[in-house]
Amino acid sequence: MTAAAVSNRRGWDTPLARGLMLFAAMFVLVVITGVVQGSASILLILVQATAFALVALGLNIQWGYGGLFNFAIMGFMMVGGASTVFLSYPVNMAFWESDGPMMLGRALGAFLIGLALVLLARRADRIGITGKWKTALVALAWFVGYIIYRTQIDPAAAYIESTAGFVGGLGLHPVLGWAFGGLVAAVIAFFVGKISLGLRTDYLAIATIGISEIIRALIKNMDWLTRGTMTVSPMPWPTPLPQELQAMGFSIADSFVGARIFFLILAVVILVVAFFFVQRAYGGPWGRMMRAIRDNHVAASSMGKNVTGRQLELFIFGSILMGVGGGILATFTQIFDPSGYQPINHTFMIWVMVIVGGAGNNWGVVLGAFLIYIVWVISDPLAQLIFLNLSVLTESLGWGAIPEIDSRALQMRVFVLGVVITVALRYAPKGLIPEVVKREGR
Amino acid sequence: MDELIFFINRVLISGTVLGSIYALGAIGVTLIFGILRFAHFAHGDMMTMGAFVAFVLSAMLAALGIVTPLPSGFVVLPVAMVITAILALGIDRGFYAPLRRRGAKPVTLLIASIGVTLMIQGLLRLIFGSGTRSFFAAEPKDIFRIDMSWVGGSRPISITEPQLIMFVVTAMIVVALHFFLTRSRLGKAMRAMADNADLAQVSGINTALVVRVTWIIAGSLACVAGTMLALDVALMPDLAFNIVLPIFAAAIVGGLGHAYGAIVGGFLIAFAETLAVFNWTAVLRPLNSVLPETMALPANLALVPTEYKLTVAFVILVITLLVRPTGIFKGAST
Repeated sequence: MTAAAVSNRRGWDTPLARGLMLFAAMFVLVVITGVVQGSASILLILVQATAFALVALGLNIQWGYGGLFNFAIMGFMMVGGASTVFLSYPVNMAFWESDGPMMLGRALGAFLIGLALVLLARRADRIGITGKWKTALVALAWFVGYIIYRTQIDPAAAYIESTAGFVGGLGLHPVLGWAFGGLVAAVIAFFVGKISLGLRTDYLAIATIGISEIIRALIKNMDWLTRGTMTVSPMPWPTPLPQELQAMGFSIADSFVGARIFFLILAVVILVVAFFFVQRAYGGPWGRMMRAIRDNHVAASSMGKNVTGRQLELFIFGSILMGVGGGILATFTQIFDPSGYQPINHTFMIWVMVIVGGAGNNWGVVLGAFLIYIVWVISDPLAQLIFLNLSVLTESLGWGAIPEIDSRALQMRVFVLGVVITVALRYAPKGLIPEVVKREGR
Repeated sequence: MDELIFFINRVLISGTVLGSIYALGAIGVTLIFGILRFAHFAHGDMMTMGAFVAFVLSAMLAALGIVTPLPSGFVVLPVAMVITAILALGIDRGFYAPLRRRGAKPVTLLIASIGVTLMIQGLLRLIFGSGTRSFFAAEPKDIFRIDMSWVGGSRPISITEPQLIMFVVTAMIVVALHFFLTRSRLGKAMRAMADNADLAQVSGINTALVVRVTWIIAGSLACVAGTMLALDVALMPDLAFNIVLPIFAAAIVGGLGHAYGAIVGGFLIAFAETLAVFNWTAVLRPLNSVLPETMALPANLALVPTEYKLTVAFVILVITLLVRPTGIFKGAST
């Protein structure tokens, strides 16, 4: 863009004015939705949108700052949810008083033995086994380790599922659970990043989506730990529940509004803190280095930057936010249901938020998160309205009414999401609030 | 003998069925990657779309009162393939071609293909609802039982009619594709472009035509694969969305950009999945009479519990990506 073009675009279309206008427009959208759907409903949407904004910020660290193609968002959110269950769900005495802990201990022992076997096999070159033989030995060690682990975990899992149901929680505060979710997500991200960050874009996307499906299969089927498809509920809240407020004398309607306001305040505080740090990191030398790596990793590495190491940092930081966001969502809905996690809702939607909002710009990403989540939620009643009117029309034409309007309207969300992303890529590929690229001499 | 028959029924036949479907899907993925250089995530939904096109056509046949000797899904397949190919061309013109013209990166195209995935899925659910349908609601699904008593088996080898036709159709398509790629001018142009797009363009190959042909082949093969999957199990809006990852795994294992690699990869992934969840006790049971009491085989001796069947494909995918990202046949990359 030439200097003249830049000066022509001054006036109303500065990034700041544009951002303010878009945020104002979103505020109006929120108010309208609130008036139409009621304050309890809009508060529900806002809390969930806040959690999704946190996750989207995490993706922005990975994709916006570092150009990393992470499609495992669903996996990290599930990990966050499951970790929160483990830490904050009430203690299950039936499990702790049974033989379960001891059997799990044996399974852990078997796991460590398997791990030791693999590690030993990997050092086989010390005793003169190299090349293909070493590879074969490592593969054999993996196999033997897997068998040893399976012989211990299978009976333990069957025993726990038949006696105590599942392990249960530790009964700690939910906020600790969220932090733990972030921690577990970080540990998993470390290993995932370690093995897959060397891959290029398309391959990285496919590998991470595969890893996310593996995590889903594990969480869904490890009934002894996560209760699998039987779901865990009710999850305790960090703030007073509506029932507690009712006991204090609030009316039923007020209690829901009040409880959600408390939760919203807590979630927004977390979002603001995360936003502050993420934004600071972007402006500082660290963020500058990351952008240098993103824009030209060859040049950055020839300047002595450790590209893979830095990318691993980004991957871990981003995944922490995804884990925390997943934990908040699971706590808020009070139910942890592994079957409820879908790539469409938990991976693709986050990507749409970041792309539409403006990858690389934190304000844009937060705006995108709220905007897309609200669009996602309201496209269902809106579609229902349209279908009901169409149905009247088709009936008057003698074609009969549209069947199953409810379920069809619900599916419109997915379609609208698809339209939004294709339109955004075509007409605003840099997003609603694009990243501000500062260059010397402009 | 019964153990062998069980093995044939549970591993050979179902592995071949799954392998055919994966291979046909993976050929499309691999061709699009080779020619257009991006991972087309919407391929699974193109398969579902093709299956629904075939479903509508066969429902129309049934409404006209036409009874066919073969399952109607197969009779309408050629027409459904043409329609799906046209739809695929339309998708390219509407969503990918404008981005390509602007010189968008492969990553942008990949994200756009996710948008297309969502739109196709949303539309299919909008029109057909989210329930499960069957091609065999009106007509019965024939099951052939091959009597094996002449070799001492007490149970038959059973195979359904769609499965049998499926093998034939897959074999025909693979042979046709082979001759197309090796003998025809257009097929050679496609291979040249997959090898080096710039070189192909300067040597006078009509790249726009090659791109169109790629979509036609990918679309029609997706239709075949989707319809066969729907004939083998049932038809639902997320029919192929769930297997798009094994298909990618097959394409990558075979080497992205290689049509033959995709076929090999498809069967490899399918048999790995089938063998991993196969209960080996059923075959090894005769050993129980030899083994001492304490070492008797457990009731279930599968390598992986059945719930983790799809995970096998992902694990193979991840391992391949790490150990040999270019696949068995050295594939292309962006």
